[in-house]
Amino acid sequence: MSSSIESLISREYQHGFVTDIESDTMPAGLSEDVVRAISAKKSEPAFMVEWRLKAYRRWLSMKEPHWPNVTYGPIDYQATSYYSAPKTKTPLGSIDDVDPELLKTYAKLGIPLYEQKMLAGVAVDAIFDSVSVGTTMRDELAKHGIIFCSFGEALREHPQLVEKYLGSVVPYSDNFFAALNSAVFSDGSFVYIPKGVRCPIELSTYFRINSADTGQFERTLIVADEGSYVSYLEGCTAPKRSTNQLHAAVVELVALKGATIKYSTVQNWYAGDKEGRGGIYNFVTKRGKAAENAKISWTQVETGSAITWKYPSVILQGDNSVGEFYSVAVVNNKQQADTGTKMIHIGRNTKSTIVSKGISAGEGNNSYRGRVQVLPRATGARNYTQCDSMLVGNRCGAHTFPYIEVGNNSAIVEHEASTSKIGEDQIFYLKARGLSAEQAVSMIVSGFCKEVFKELPMEFALEAQALLGITLEGSVG
Amino acid sequence: MSLIEIKGLHATVGDKEILKGIDLTVNAGEIHAVMGPNGSGKSTLAQVLAGNPAYEVTGGSVTYDGKDLLALPPEERAQKGIFLAFQYPVEIPGVSNAYFLRAAYNEIRKAHGEEEVDPLEFADFMEEKLALVDMDASMLNRSVNQGFSGGEKKRNEILQMAVLQPRLAILDETDSGLDIDALRIVADGVNKLKRPDNATIVVTHYQRLLNYIVPDFVHVLVNGRIATSGGKELALELEDKGYDWVTNGASPVAAGAA
Repeated sequence: MSSSIESLISREYQHGFVTDIESDTMPAGLSEDVVRAISAKKSEPAFMVEWRLKAYRRWLSMKEPHWPNVTYGPIDYQATSYYSAPKTKTPLGSIDDVDPELLKTYAKLGIPLYEQKMLAGVAVDAIFDSVSVGTTMRDELAKHGIIFCSFGEALREHPQLVEKYLGSVVPYSDNFFAALNSAVFSDGSFVYIPKGVRCPIELSTYFRINSADTGQFERTLIVADEGSYVSYLEGCTAPKRSTNQLHAAVVELVALKGATIKYSTVQNWYAGDKEGRGGIYNFVTKRGKAAENAKISWTQVETGSAITWKYPSVILQGDNSVGEFYSVAVVNNKQQADTGTKMIHIGRNTKSTIVSKGISAGEGNNSYRGRVQVLPRATGARNYTQCDSMLVGNRCGAHTFPYIEVGNNSAIVEHEASTSKIGEDQIFYLKARGLSAEQAVSMIVSGFCKEVFKELPMEFALEAQALLGITLEGSVG
Repeated sequence: MSLIEIKGLHATVGDKEILKGIDLTVNAGEIHAVMGPNGSGKSTLAQVLAGNPAYEVTGGSVTYDGKDLLALPPEERAQKGIFLAFQYPVEIPGVSNAYFLRAAYNEIRKAHGEEEVDPLEFADFMEEKLALVDMDASMLNRSVNQGFSGGEKKRNEILQMAVLQPRLAILDETDSGLDIDALRIVADGVNKLKRPDNATIVVTHYQRLLNYIVPDFVHVLVNGRIATSGGKELALELEDKGYDWVTNGASPVAAGAA
């Protein structure tokens, strides 16, 4: 990332003053006692504590995996505190108190003013008060019977729903980081859409009540009952810092018969300095299970983090179910990414579409890893995969590891791949037409990512395009 | 005041010096042809004026509209009315011609303190420009130069010239690779865009284009310098006698326009 972004990020972190946190933070280290304490602090129901403990014990028996195409130093799991009370930032008086560089970035990203205020921690005025906006939204949703709240609240208000579906898509034993997350997850989102209901608004983490800093181990569970529809947006384009290096979230999507879940992510976590030091490790397990005639669609724009390691996947369990994965992953400077998807075809006449656009710049290293698996009973399965890599400059890397396992001979599986380079001649051509270097790179990259961007909800798409331009600033010429 | 005044321009690419002292003055309303054998530096001159970073200016000056052109980055030169029609236009996959043209047009408008146009206004504006180069509106949805034939690429360059309305257009071997019909369309377009307040530098290897775009002055570049200059008849003499006539006979003479 360019140095101007870096400097504004460090300034943003300074704004996040916290008062008196010592009493609300546990000492570092992880043990059964810590797990119990976390659960007790949140006053969780019995089934939750038990689940956490089972996960923790399982985690102790697991070994940290090292097969991805990324390198990082050893993580000391005893060195962090696993519980911090939600922080409330001391609000600033007005938008004039906010660092103008920060505002410039928000403007570049096309973020509307009231959102800029919220992001910058300005005490929002009565009309746009984040709590009241959230309240209005909750009322609107409640009319339809839609539940959208924090995971903690869901455990208090709807424990049976949570118990029914938690771990049904990502069991705690699934992998090392999922086990860790299951033991110590802090908070996250819970969504339930009743039968036949089409959620009238795009649910966004912005408007989750009591949304403070994103936790280190987020847990999200979205259940779309039969015939329902929901579109969920995670993250935001504004750069985010965290006191913790490892972020191991788990997201489970349950799409019952005929339901549709559309999950979009824009991730711009702190990627570290130019040498890659201090950046966040984003090791995420995301998976959806689609029942008969259901559809799950993942769209992601990953531009931040020092290391991105995630494979949003879809288990196409029901007949005629559909899975989609649209991704733009950018690595610049010393960032690394090993990301992709798994589409598991189990039911009959299932369909999956994968469009992955990897952009590597600086000394970044980007790997697409995908698995298309057609089980023996999955007759009539269809998959289309397109993986395109774009290299900017000549010190970066792009790799592809596609795994295709077809166990049924009626399957049709297509795979296309391409590699291209952003040329200085393309940049000069656009400059010779009056466009700046930034506009030129943005235009070329947007053209490259068009197929993915058009899957994003509009407000995200515009911001994502601007974000891409900013992320690649200074990478050419 | 001249539109552009080039004095003693030296330029290198890597270690190799290509331009070894170019002197050239172009006034508004004029068409200048720059001819010369391969490797003489014709295209280099065009690229250097546009600001291609692959070339390093090692000496001399270029004054455009009374200001130092070499101090400006390429995008500012374009915004101030310099247009280079590329010899080998690049492809930009995924970016439609409409989007690209409108973005470029709006940058130039912004530079002149004018308001940007929206896609609908731009579509109307494009109708007459497309007619100028005998192109169909359907090309606007295609990616920039992708899948274009040689002739289409060159016509696309002239289309851009029509849209951006430059004050100084530099055509870098616009005729290379064109058949007679494409040549006529391109030349026609260029001629229709001629105004008393703009000027064109036509870089070409062959005299043929100059039958259609009639120059006021012809300069012959040999070995990085202008060896000789004259009126349009000079081009005909060259065609008749070949470049050897210039390289053997005339010694490198710094010749400005009359």
